[in-house]
Amino acid sequence: MGEKLFMQGNEALAESAIRAGCKFYCGYPITPSSEIAEYYAKRMPEENGVFIQAETEVAAFNMIAGATATGNRAMTATSGPGFSLGVEAMSFMAAAGLPAVIVDVMRPGPADGDILAAQGDYFQVVKGGGHGDYNTIVLAPFSVQEMADLTPQAFELAEKYRNPVVIVSDGMLAKMMESVELPEKIEQKKNFDWTLTGAKGRKHNVITTCATGPEQWEQFNLELQKKFNTIAANEQRWEAYQIEDADFIIVAFGSVARIALSTIKKARENGLKVGMIRPITLWPFPKKAFAELKDKDFLVVELNAGQMVEDVKLAVPDKERVFFYGRLGGVTPTPDELFNKIRELYAKNNQ
Amino acid sequence: MKVIYERPKILTDAYFKYCGGCGHGLVNKIIAEILEEEKLQEKTVIVWPIGCSVYADKYFNVDSICALHGRAPAVATGIKRNLPNDNLVIVYQGDGDLVSEGMAEIIHSAIRGEKFTVIFINNAIYGMTGGQMAPTTLLGQKTTTSPYGRKEEESGAPVNMAELIANIKGCYYSERVAVNSPRNILATKRAIKKAFNYQLEGKGLCFIEVLSQCPTGWGMKPLKTLEHVEREMLKVYPLGVFKSPEVKNQ
Repeated sequence: MGEKLFMQGNEALAESAIRAGCKFYCGYPITPSSEIAEYYAKRMPEENGVFIQAETEVAAFNMIAGATATGNRAMTATSGPGFSLGVEAMSFMAAAGLPAVIVDVMRPGPADGDILAAQGDYFQVVKGGGHGDYNTIVLAPFSVQEMADLTPQAFELAEKYRNPVVIVSDGMLAKMMESVELPEKIEQKKNFDWTLTGAKGRKHNVITTCATGPEQWEQFNLELQKKFNTIAANEQRWEAYQIEDADFIIVAFGSVARIALSTIKKARENGLKVGMIRPITLWPFPKKAFAELKDKDFLVVELNAGQMVEDVKLAVPDKERVFFYGRLGGVTPTPDELFNKIRELYAKNNQ
Repeated sequence: MKVIYERPKILTDAYFKYCGGCGHGLVNKIIAEILEEEKLQEKTVIVWPIGCSVYADKYFNVDSICALHGRAPAVATGIKRNLPNDNLVIVYQGDGDLVSEGMAEIIHSAIRGEKFTVIFINNAIYGMTGGQMAPTTLLGQKTTTSPYGRKEEESGAPVNMAELIANIKGCYYSERVAVNSPRNILATKRAIKKAFNYQLEGKGLCFIEVLSQCPTGWGMKPLKTLEHVEREMLKVYPLGVFKSPEVKNQ
């Protein structure tokens, strides 16, 4: 690893993607994601790469679909309202097996909403958003360092499974500066037999998502489901904090998990055995993390109205012991606020 | 025995799913003939649309992708920008796809001067979905969603895409042709071949609008549709070159 740099989240992500061999970026400006586009606009001439400012997110998502069809790495970045426009292409890329990486710097929503730290897009990135039965791998870093680390992995996962991968952050993670060690620069290994480059010395390749009949299309879908089941079994990632002795476990991802770390510290100082499970993959949801956690209470903390709660309830042994605390609209809770909520639940649950 | 005509080998054995008398089959064959004559099979990627030509990737022994409705120019942008300049990228779209759903994508591809060739099939109707009104539908033309005939005060007037695209600086070549007679079919082939050559020379967006007939959607016998193109469509959509490096003072 190289030297330590002091970098903003968006820029660290962009530089990590370039170092991972992603030399094609297109996107439409939207706060709080725009520095990724700006960074690429500046860097692509130096790298002999391509930056396109697309006319819409609809076009941007479809451009990276085309770019990845040639076997090259490609990325776009946007925020909630822009991701909503791109979801038709998410469904397309998942069905067509196109390994693009999409960054969603989430906003609160719904509609235009505000631009501050929020996690309003859990449903739309995790549950699909687009039409049909498909999934996309969703990675949720919680620091600038983790953004830098997960970005090259996003490209690897996308190509391993021929499926789009989403990296979610928010206004806090994207805009804050932290010290970071960036990944080494690598050349993309291109060993694909499905790409569109002109059928020279091989049979021609076709990428289509158009059925030729219900039986054929059911088979196509069953094969897709097989792939998603493999991903769900193999790619669950999470980090556990002090759960061994905990009787109360926070479940949080992204920026709010950073806040929760301070809450755990304070709770422990006050004699409360609090731990945390931090999902790193939102899809596949890290069910394995919860399998052995019996006789514990869970507090899901999110910057939305509880979009992840149902996934936690499906993963824990007793769904009646799952509670929720969230803030909306771009408001972030303080560590004390979370601590007070935990103390209140502790008192109630131990009456 | 001397072979005087044979099916282009670049076409697969699959049957075209187009209706009898439809112009798509003619244009597909023209593309296949040019790719074969110019030995471009190994260099070509075709981006197909959603519409009646949605199955066309099954007809060609050529690298192909079928884009979502209207998005073919965006997908082609991603493809062309990632391939060496001597690759040939063809975008094939109908009027619902290009003029309605994908108006932003085609206009902005022209604005950027993307170096691919667009073949735009204008048959003034939505064929695949069952004969609904298109932005290109003629005034007074009856379709399933304009059962009393298209009215300008309700739906606006037909859009002349070849002229519109020609007005954009990034467009290098724009021509409107038709496939309703042997003479026009040969002219279509010349225009498409010219557009492919411009692309291979690294020029900007080339746009070929092909007036095409739709017997099923128009509710006419195939022979009648050829006359309809000649008598009605050409009045609204004149044939000709609207932008070309060979013609000055456009």
